[in-house]
Amino acid sequence: MDMSPSTIRPKLTARGVNVFYGDAQALNQVDLDIRAHEVTALIGPSGCGKSTFLRCLNRMNDLIEICRVDGDIRLDGEDIYDPAVNLVYLRARIGMVFQKPNPFPKPIYDNVAYGPKIHGLARSRAEMDEIVASSLERAGLWDEVKDRLDAPATGLSGGQQQRLCIARAIAVRPEVILMDEPCSSLDPIATARIEALMDELRQNFTIVIVTHSMQQAARVSQRTAFFHLGDLVEVGDTDTVFTQPVDPRTESYISGRIG
Amino acid sequence: MAEAVTAGESAPRSSLLAAPEGRRARQVLGERILLGLLAASSVVAILTTIGIALSLLFETLRFLDAVPLFDFLFGLNWSPQIAIREDQVGSSGAFGVVPLLVGTGLIAAVAMTVAGPLGLFSAIYLAEYASPRARSFAKPILEILAGIPTVVYGFFAVLVVAPFVRDSSEAAGFEVSSESALAAGVVMGVMIVPIVSSIADDVISAVPQSLREGAYGLGATKSETVRNIVLPAALPGIGGALLLGVSRAIGETMIVVMAAGLSAQLTVNPLQAVTTITVQMVTLLTGDQEFDSPKTLAAFALGLLLFIATLILNLIALMLVRRYQERYD
Repeated sequence: MDMSPSTIRPKLTARGVNVFYGDAQALNQVDLDIRAHEVTALIGPSGCGKSTFLRCLNRMNDLIEICRVDGDIRLDGEDIYDPAVNLVYLRARIGMVFQKPNPFPKPIYDNVAYGPKIHGLARSRAEMDEIVASSLERAGLWDEVKDRLDAPATGLSGGQQQRLCIARAIAVRPEVILMDEPCSSLDPIATARIEALMDELRQNFTIVIVTHSMQQAARVSQRTAFFHLGDLVEVGDTDTVFTQPVDPRTESYISGRIG
Repeated sequence: MAEAVTAGESAPRSSLLAAPEGRRARQVLGERILLGLLAASSVVAILTTIGIALSLLFETLRFLDAVPLFDFLFGLNWSPQIAIREDQVGSSGAFGVVPLLVGTGLIAAVAMTVAGPLGLFSAIYLAEYASPRARSFAKPILEILAGIPTVVYGFFAVLVVAPFVRDSSEAAGFEVSSESALAAGVVMGVMIVPIVSSIADDVISAVPQSLREGAYGLGATKSETVRNIVLPAALPGIGGALLLGVSRAIGETMIVVMAAGLSAQLTVNPLQAVTTITVQMVTLLTGDQEFDSPKTLAAFALGLLLFIATLILNLIALMLVRRYQERYD
């Protein structure tokens, strides 16, 4: 794996990020760096702003009319909130996996092929087949679905659907994958598969995951950021945050007293 | 009550099996009366429907005593004149329903050519593109269209659209009759727009937001998301909306009575006058009529035919819409 200085230089930087829903402030002056080829976990009690922050990173919050974001977020040094930014390119570089598996009501193949198709990544059917196969393989789903690529994706189990959604995101060849509580609707076995997958994926991708489960954050991430009531309270190496938290609020949360 | 008092703690309680008394007893009675009233209302509505269907059926059977079923369903000639005197010219009535079916279909096709795209596109606009403000403004106005009495649409068709169709087609060198399927169909289409758009809007809005987010998250644009993800997902329900529009079109009466004409021509040229099932029912039954002549009874047969057709269309449409909604609940 590549452990050169690129691992240290942040992939994404957020400075002074404030988010408002109407008059209510959801995030307050958040500064956070996301390092390349690491899994960064965003943890905190419900309503703390961790999902809001995640959705700032690919400008998914743009879809919410009353949502206003200010501050500075950069991907490899480029301001993603620049009015000239093309959202199509931004989201091709920063993919997303959602809380509830949301496969399109189409065949398995078409689900994975959709992203490459709209971005024109395949010049031939054979190339598309290759992208679909390798994406499903990397998502650990290929062996289970290779014989029924034409079957509707909605017929898969929840865990399979979520891995399909990961394959769908990978197929666009993003640099960053945002995961918004990707295991919250899955059973422990499916969760374990996806956690193992994350560790493999970070070789090629930068991963930011929002999770409610502190055990999950401890298992899968290298860096952990703790949010509380819209503030980024603490960020650091996962080991340090869980064993020697600096802030008393982090301490209380990880020991189960708040949240 | 005495036996209800057990070796309990505070207040004596009645047994769970004791009959209610006083205020409680009146409440129970109230519940029963309310239940009876509600059930009776729905029974009346259901019985009425069954009664109408049965009366249509019986009168149709009487009609079929006079006219063979085959001649009715497959006859190409409709001229329900019955002789007053035995020796009158043209005394034999012909009851072939095909020209009426073709006329009805032609006008419905013209209407759906207008209502389909207009209804669908406005539904897509309302559901996907309109800001909440534009939506709160545009949707009620669209629904006002549904509240205009059809007789108003009818004279609009006769006084405005029909002359326009005639003048412009004549200018283009076509031969047009003063009453045309085109004029009636176009106006009927405008009437049906809100039916299609309101149901299609509901189905499109019912497509889960998570699917849209999935597409946006992959970098799809708005129109890609709508075309590739939202509309295919909503397709069965949209089919249902269109079928309900068709069902409304073939049952619509006032516009065609005023604008479509009476002559039962077997033509698919929308510039010709055609007649529809509903128009013929109106003509057969208005004025002084013998109640047992085939001419009068034919109206019941037409009514049954229409009833069955719209029933089937509505059932299919509702099934499509419902199955679609279950899928995303």
